[in-house]
Amino acid sequence: MGLLNKQDNPFESSNIIITGADTLLNWARLSSLWMMGFGLACCAIEMMAASASHYDIGRFGVIPRPSPRQSDIMLISGTVTLKMATRTKLLYEQMPDPKYIISMGSCSNCGGPYWEHGYHVLKGVDRVIPVDVYVPGCPPRPEALLEGLIKVQEKVRKQSLAKTAV
Amino acid sequence: MTNTEIYDKLKAAFGEKIGEWHEQSGGEYMKRMSSYADITDTSYIRDVCLYLRDEAELEFDSLLLLSSVDNGDKTLSVTYHLESKSKKHFIALKVTVPIDNAIVPSITDVWSHANWQEREAWDMMGIKFLNHPDMRRILLDEDWVGHPLRKDYKHPEFYRGMKVPY
Repeated sequence: MGLLNKQDNPFESSNIIITGADTLLNWARLSSLWMMGFGLACCAIEMMAASASHYDIGRFGVIPRPSPRQSDIMLISGTVTLKMATRTKLLYEQMPDPKYIISMGSCSNCGGPYWEHGYHVLKGVDRVIPVDVYVPGCPPRPEALLEGLIKVQEKVRKQSLAKTAV
Repeated sequence: MTNTEIYDKLKAAFGEKIGEWHEQSGGEYMKRMSSYADITDTSYIRDVCLYLRDEAELEFDSLLLLSSVDNGDKTLSVTYHLESKSKKHFIALKVTVPIDNAIVPSITDVWSHANWQEREAWDMMGIKFLNHPDMRRILLDEDWVGHPLRKDYKHPEFYRGMKVPY
């Protein structure tokens, strides 16, 4: 970042920033929340719309990654079937810490329209993996998804190396 | 040919094996697509299909749809919608089997795209297809218990440790 220049005493020049370690690390992390590139149902279409140029989720530093090993955030975008739930859990466990989950849409929040007769649907992805932010809607508009992402960023901003997360 | 003409031709070829013609009300399209012929002897369905495919005048080259129904009176039905792309005519056939002995001959060797549709009928409705090359579940996992689209299906309490009801 070029915080220090090559002069003997860097404090003599103006090219210096003083900040807290937590603030710097949190700022870096919340500005590059790479997301797992996978979609489950129709919410994934809204997720794609949010990624496209009109809403441009990339300006928040969100880049879709093809591997859970490189991801910080997982968007559960759609209906989690029981068959998919085991795979979702596996993908979650493959992600390195710290990791965040956004549950997008009614289906992954609580089962959505399948809550009563959906024999194959998990009634809420929080039965399998911990969720940080729930985005309501069926499906949520891209603005709502961006709002959810900003909530995650606020959460990251409050975290600390010394203390456990608030 | 109209589908009643095709039915008459079938009746002439197979006699008693072909049951009643069920003419549906409605517009021309509804009449053409949802009127159907019963096949009284289930074991003949493959022969009837072979005849429909190979007879020069009929030339049914395509199975549009293979679907299954739980009639609610301890019987299951399989409906075959057939189309001839070259002759531009349609017919629908229906076989009915008892729920505790639901076995229907496979027509995979007549039209190979019956393969997955028969697997779906097995998965959802529990109809076994005789001489099918690969009679496995297609949508649900192999360890699933029961056939969920049957009217007497009971939702499981747990599946692989995940709670299923809301």
